[in-house]
Amino acid sequence: MAADVASLVSLLEEFVSGQADSSATTIATGVKTGQFSILQLVEALGLSLTSSQTQTRGRGVQLLSEVLQESYSGLSESEVKVLVAFYENRLKDHYAITPHVLHGLAALAKCSALPPGAAVSILKALFQDVHVQSLMLKERSYVYNILISLMDSREKELKGLGPDFVFGFVQAMDGERDPRNLLLVFQIARNIIHRGYDLNQFTEELFEVTSCYFPVDFTPPANNPHGITQEDLILALRAVLTGTARFAEFLVPLLIEKLDSEVQDAKVDSLKTLAACGPVYGHKELAEFLPGLWSSIRREVFQTASEKVESAGLAALGAITSCLARTVLTSNSGDALQMFLELVLKDCQHHLCEPDLKLVWPSAKLLQAASGASYRSSLIVTAAVLPALFEQYNSRTQCAHRRTLLEVLQGFIQPTVSSRPAEREDNVLLPFQKSLCNVVFSALAESNAALQVTAMKVLATLGKQSGMLTEADMEIAVEHLTRLVVEENDAQVSSAVTDCAGSLARLHPSFFVTRMVPRLKDEIFTEPMAEEDASPARIRSRAAARERSVTALASVSLRISLVQESVPVLLQVLAAAHKGSSGFSAEEVIWACQGLWRIAEETHHTVEIADFFHATVIPRLMGLSLHAAVHSQKCSSPLTEEAVLSALVPVISTACAALQPAPATRMAAQAVSLFLDGDVSWLPENAYPSNIQLLESQSDGWSQSQLVCLLMACVCSLSQQVDIPDLDRLLVQLEELIFTCTHPFSYTSAAKCFAGLINKRAAGPALDAVLEKTLSRISATLECESSAQRVQAFTLLIWVTKALLLRYHPLSPVLTDKLFGLLNDDQLGSRAADGFSLLMSDSPDVLNRSCHADVRIMYRQRFFTENSAKLVQGFNSAELEKRSVFLKALSHLVNNLPRQVQLTELPALLPLLLEALTCPDDAVQLSTLSCFQPLIMEPPPALSTQLEALFTRLLALTTSPAMKVRMAALRCVHALSRLPSHMVLPFRPRVLKSLARPLDDKKRLVRKEAVAARSEWFLLGSPGGR
Amino acid sequence: MLLALTHCSHHIRSISDPEHPLSLEELNVVEEVRVKVNDQENNVSVEFTPTIPHCSMATLIGLSIKVKLLRALPDRFKIDVHITPGTHASEDAVNKQLGDKERVAAALENAHLLEVVNQCLSTRPA
Repeated sequence: MAADVASLVSLLEEFVSGQADSSATTIATGVKTGQFSILQLVEALGLSLTSSQTQTRGRGVQLLSEVLQESYSGLSESEVKVLVAFYENRLKDHYAITPHVLHGLAALAKCSALPPGAAVSILKALFQDVHVQSLMLKERSYVYNILISLMDSREKELKGLGPDFVFGFVQAMDGERDPRNLLLVFQIARNIIHRGYDLNQFTEELFEVTSCYFPVDFTPPANNPHGITQEDLILALRAVLTGTARFAEFLVPLLIEKLDSEVQDAKVDSLKTLAACGPVYGHKELAEFLPGLWSSIRREVFQTASEKVESAGLAALGAITSCLARTVLTSNSGDALQMFLELVLKDCQHHLCEPDLKLVWPSAKLLQAASGASYRSSLIVTAAVLPALFEQYNSRTQCAHRRTLLEVLQGFIQPTVSSRPAEREDNVLLPFQKSLCNVVFSALAESNAALQVTAMKVLATLGKQSGMLTEADMEIAVEHLTRLVVEENDAQVSSAVTDCAGSLARLHPSFFVTRMVPRLKDEIFTEPMAEEDASPARIRSRAAARERSVTALASVSLRISLVQESVPVLLQVLAAAHKGSSGFSAEEVIWACQGLWRIAEETHHTVEIADFFHATVIPRLMGLSLHAAVHSQKCSSPLTEEAVLSALVPVISTACAALQPAPATRMAAQAVSLFLDGDVSWLPENAYPSNIQLLESQSDGWSQSQLVCLLMACVCSLSQQVDIPDLDRLLVQLEELIFTCTHPFSYTSAAKCFAGLINKRAAGPALDAVLEKTLSRISATLECESSAQRVQAFTLLIWVTKALLLRYHPLSPVLTDKLFGLLNDDQLGSRAADGFSLLMSDSPDVLNRSCHADVRIMYRQRFFTENSAKLVQGFNSAELEKRSVFLKALSHLVNNLPRQVQLTELPALLPLLLEALTCPDDAVQLSTLSCFQPLIMEPPPALSTQLEALFTRLLALTTSPAMKVRMAALRCVHALSRLPSHMVLPFRPRVLKSLARPLDDKKRLVRKEAVAARSEWFLLGSPGGR
Repeated sequence: MLLALTHCSHHIRSISDPEHPLSLEELNVVEEVRVKVNDQENNVSVEFTPTIPHCSMATLIGLSIKVKLLRALPDRFKIDVHITPGTHASEDAVNKQLGDKERVAAALENAHLLEVVNQCLSTRPA
């Protein structure tokens, strides 16, 4: 112990004499580990603390404070008591010592062993002896931190101080300027307000010292070292100002005053603050200011060009309205809400009726904001506005006007969260139900597309509210929708019908079953040739009507009752097409498949519908395709076409992915038995030959072997728990098919199927054996340059690589290396480069998450980090003519990475990507351009040094022969105009000159991009522009 | 190559009125039927209708349309912007100003005027 104290003394001397600041830490550790107590330290410090030299005393206190800072948590109550008394006393000492004293007090204030009464005495001493605003930044923050710590731990004692505490605080912070300290100050002020400290006669003082910062105008210094933004300060201050209704009499006039200023930020801030007051204030606080507030808000919404001001204004109006609506329930000071809304209605309503509809939108938005604020306000506003709107609608003849009115109407009938009727309250629209329906139906009957679209939006909104559409109305509505499906060719109308019918069918399926499905079925199966006038235009329009009918059928099929009606119709289309009746083209068959897919996708979480697909749809589809395949010599059915089969794949795979375990196991068994053993017993119809061998490569064609894509759809999308029977035999057969078949669609589908099964197979010797056998066959075939099966082997390689890469299988690096080796291959180099795109992107039909494949997160990043260096190396060592292959691979690789990774990796790859822009292959150019465009939006610093090269290449590409490249290049040039102007301004003349040419491009879409880009570049650096 | 009518009016429909938060198309100041394009003869003619006959901003609106088209169309086109006959009190004076190349060029030298024009042409933030 004696030795300890001796070492303590020597450390002390070192510190106090100003030789070594580090000894403070050593001592602090000593105190914490219990080597010596804090009182021993004080004792040892004795001489320095009582020295007549200010500097020595200062060093002594500083040492003590720094030690306390480290060790305050372990102090006992008696120690703290002594220390507090000592420090309070020191506050009266020389001003040079005060900073260290405050530091020490800040540490003590955090101490949990603070004796009762200490908090109050610290504060009294602080308020009495320290003039906070003449201290330095750091010391001021000590004072604020002392307040915050004490407020957190000694709330009761502080409240005992009464208004003195608030007064002391107000005096201490008055004049604070540093944003870091202001955040602390605002926190204290908020605590004072929210934790119920006694403000008493100092309410106005507290408001004065905080509100003088409103509105906050703060620009952080460059690179913002403290991380404080203007937004932080605004929010902190707003929480103080809106914290209590007692500030209302001071705050509201201030807000009105700032609202009337010219500064836009001040307006937005005032409006947002006003909106934040809404929940706190009551009618009493707002009453006298209402006319003034309303006229300011109205002015801002009517006159502003800024959406920010407008939306803030609307939010403020909503907050005021809901505040008034709430208060009235408890007070009986006349109906304040009614009076306020009358004011609003008086100023806005007449704009809805003016002939040119000039201010219709701002007025409507104001009224809607007021209406959406509460149930009662919506009751008052709709009662006044809706009849006027109906009258207007009926008296107008111009479609544009009617549409505007209908859009306004839509805003009023859309219920908001706060205006929704509570239980036992009626929907406010109920009295207008009849008129609303009449307006909607009359609009649907018009021939104007825009009007119809708006009417359907209104209809969908009505449909979602209970009681707004009676049965009779629903019938009329479905009639209208059906008519629009059949007759209207406009793309916008079609998509609006789809949306509206979909949303109504979810709630009222029975009307669609009885009225829409039969009518659409007729439409689909009407023989187009039967009509006499069979001009090409007429046939086209019939085909378009069929397409719309199929899409509409799919979009309403959201409930089992509808699915059971609509799916048979679509299946009938396939059957009829297969038989060759009704004249369905392959394209129409594809639409039907897409319709089925859409149904499967929209309803995949409904068990009954999934079972319906398993029991009825899949066997039927399989049966039809098989029938078509085995009879392909006799008749040519569209079901043997590759495009149609590809469209069937997603239907089956989506349906299979949705199956529960039991049906899924049955499905797997059925599919495997069909493909391995030719078991057709589960298929409907039975006109199949007995010896079906679907996985044998046929000498006479590929109509049967290509059905392997349907096998893939079935077995590769089942969940991972489902065991596939006979898996080994299946894999062997698939491999055999891949190597013996010459039909690309067949062997690619087989390779996908193989990969899909491998991806899900549990790790173990069985999997290893299969992989080893297959990989050696692939290697052998690839090494033999003259082999005819190299492409097949490569296809299998790339899919297996993907399957293993996704699940982080240990073999995947080996396969990736093989792929890198192939980049130098004369025959397969380009395919190998494209293979990188396949590896990095999601394939739609297999090996993705919706197929329950084993996909690890961030496999792309991992692949990229492991392999990008190899690519760069390969590029540098490759011969000149092979380099483009590496660039292609690289651009595929980068293109599919998530943006965050792109940004960090870009600096290293930038030169190579710029090189890729000059590569003659336009697929490479396009893929690289699509990497660049998002990067330019948030340019990494590395880009700024390469701008010259980038501009040269991009501007050259704006005249590329490929239209997509031209457009992508123009989009990049457009994006570049958003870079900081000092970086891009030097390029302005050159860009404007180069962009003059694409203005006259022969493609409209290119011209459009060119105009957009050039207009932005003109604005750059020009007054009033950017 | 045919420069479609819709194409030309597409360029000017989004210009905003200096006094209004709405675009010229929303205010019916420009309409598709009043835009004529002759691609063979390299001519574009636009008629615009000021909101009221005494609209003081007519020249500015015309100038904005003209500047927008100068920037958006290939330079082979001659661009003629004028007021729909009979819709403005000082129609002739404004038309003359807009037709005079020198005066248009001089107006765009004026930083203040250019600022206002550019503000009208900036696409509004979404």
